[in-house]
Amino acid sequence: MTALRKLPWDLLIVLALAGLPFVPGLFDSVDRFLRLPFGSEMTTLFIMAVLALGLHVVVGYTGVLQLGVAAFFGIGAYVTGILTVPSLPFHMSFPVSLVAATLFAAFVGLLLAAPTLRLRGDYLALVTLGFGEVTKFALKNMEAITNGTKGLNPIPAPKLPEFTGASGDWGTDFRYFYFLTLGVLFVVLLVLRNLEKSRLGRAWIALREDELAATCMGLNTGRLKLAAFGLGAGIAGLAGCLYATKLGNTADPNAYGFNRSVTILCCLILGGLGNRTGVLLGVFLIVGFDNILAPAMDKRMQAARGPGAEVIDYETLSFWKLMAFGLALVLVMRFRPEGLLPSSRVKRELHPDETLPESAADPVTGA
Amino acid sequence: MGVPLFAEAANIYTQSLVNGLTAGSLIALIALGYTMVYGIVELINFAHGDVFMLGTFFAFTVLAALGITGAATATASGGAIVLGIALMLLLTPLFCAGLNLGIDRLVYKPLRRAPKLAPLVSAIGVSFCLMNLGMFWNGIMPEDGKKVPSASGRNFPALLTTPVVRDRMVDAGLCDEVGNVLEGSLAKSVLGDSGGLRFTVKDLLVILVTVPLMLALTMFVKFSSVGKAMRATAQNPTAAQLMGINVDRVIGLTFLLGGALAGFGSVVAALTLYTTIDYQLGFQQGLYAFTAAVLGGIGNIPGAVLGALVIGFVQSFGSVLVGEKWTSAMVFVILIVMLVFRPTGLLGSRTREKV
Repeated sequence: MTALRKLPWDLLIVLALAGLPFVPGLFDSVDRFLRLPFGSEMTTLFIMAVLALGLHVVVGYTGVLQLGVAAFFGIGAYVTGILTVPSLPFHMSFPVSLVAATLFAAFVGLLLAAPTLRLRGDYLALVTLGFGEVTKFALKNMEAITNGTKGLNPIPAPKLPEFTGASGDWGTDFRYFYFLTLGVLFVVLLVLRNLEKSRLGRAWIALREDELAATCMGLNTGRLKLAAFGLGAGIAGLAGCLYATKLGNTADPNAYGFNRSVTILCCLILGGLGNRTGVLLGVFLIVGFDNILAPAMDKRMQAARGPGAEVIDYETLSFWKLMAFGLALVLVMRFRPEGLLPSSRVKRELHPDETLPESAADPVTGA
Repeated sequence: MGVPLFAEAANIYTQSLVNGLTAGSLIALIALGYTMVYGIVELINFAHGDVFMLGTFFAFTVLAALGITGAATATASGGAIVLGIALMLLLTPLFCAGLNLGIDRLVYKPLRRAPKLAPLVSAIGVSFCLMNLGMFWNGIMPEDGKKVPSASGRNFPALLTTPVVRDRMVDAGLCDEVGNVLEGSLAKSVLGDSGGLRFTVKDLLVILVTVPLMLALTMFVKFSSVGKAMRATAQNPTAAQLMGINVDRVIGLTFLLGGALAGFGSVVAALTLYTTIDYQLGFQQGLYAFTAAVLGGIGNIPGAVLGALVIGFVQSFGSVLVGEKWTSAMVFVILIVMLVFRPTGLLGSRTREKV
């Protein structure tokens, strides 16, 4: 069991997914079965996994509740849009916009975190929530730059480097974006894996376990939180860049609101806080349900009703996704607060009575 | 030349003052629910705004049962309108109070001893569930016999601007045909002499409902024995329990009261503030209310009212001075700035985090 636990499951999953497009005919038959472009939907799923890992750095490692991750996602998407669309004067290439989106989102993250770090838990959560909403309204209202609710488009697809001599249509063949996003996901997982074992990562976890004790041990909690916020925001911005490039436009600013932030938080909590493999599992379950399972089921149900049948929105599975996510959050918190695949530390923290039976009884109520 | 300009400006500001006051009183009704619950169980009840939202749908259903929704609103008789408003004001608070108590008993109560993150995340989950229910509720109620798309907004019957109400108002000498305050009326003398100022029957309803409610709540918390128990529980639940206070009952009562206030708020807001209602209403209004609660010092009852009035004024003056589309962003900037520089709020006292 412990030997199995030690395997780098997150990296193995990514490698297995990288192998899928090489299985002949697999994606075609899955497309036919699900009646949607499976490869393209998987790409979106990988992007959301990168976004979730950005949130994971803040919530999973330092234990600070961040309710505005979608803002950094949106900032990444819009930086990419501004730098690449033909209607604005920059016309940068994809790699430049990728780096710029990441750095700018990280910079904004630092800017937000620097003055708010001394706030305690739930107040900090509120600041991030407020910041998320402000960002959404700002994106909507600064029409001269962001084009309001219409968003920026078209964002050109990336070009393969000259020396490969290859060219391809990124729009029709899903494999370009599939491997690009999976590659980014792999790199992010690898970086976080190493970071977790580093001095910084261990300090973050100490901070999460007990802030007061961490301070007493001489850790600069302010600087640690700042680093986590910056890195998390940067990764979210990176995901935003991928999202906008894949979509070909920046989407409506409403795509970067509270709902997105909570859906991603839901992935982390369902999968297991503090564990990268758990985050991946959460993303596969939540985003997979949202983007793949529910639409596929709906199409099947609609086909079963017959071609002329009226579509009643609340008789579809997609309609009930908020309910499904909400129930998932409530039930996980009630019955398995450490998530499906918990990190061993978080699990022990949430079930103190199982490891320390002598201190289980509360001195006041005896419960 | 300068004088008319200033007179004009003064009028705009007085109008903003009136608008801010009514918007703020409505926000206060919801903010009180947040702040009371936080004061007692230290939980940011994210679902509270959505209880408010479901309240508007419940109120709509009451009107639908009376048959005065849709096209029938304009021809509704005076008696039907009075009955409708009375029934809404009676039943909706009951519904919201019951819902809020049910959520507490079902979801939050088992998590009282869990780490603080658990009830907070559960509250977000409940909020999502209620939003989905609101969507469903909207979808199953037809409008004039036709199906409404679940996620889109629907018109709330504008009972207060129907011809029959306007005629009665004019007959009673309260306002003229376009809803302006009459020259020489009581409202006019209170508000001062600035021509064209609008203080309509809607504003009147808001004040008539919110002010007595807030006074009653303050009296209840200050002077009744149950109110004393609530304050004791907020200060120290363990000590309160040792003094023989049934803490669970007090918490349940807090949720009931908060829900009922949200219920009153939803009826009044639907009648006065909104033209359409949809499932996202609770999130929006909830965030404002919640900002108000934080602004005043979360857990502090007069603070919530003060914070709500500030938010109301930011909205009304902001839309005059900066532009309406930026008011929401301004509210959240204020929230952030407030939390950074004075996280305990305007009236809150500094509390040490329990280790």
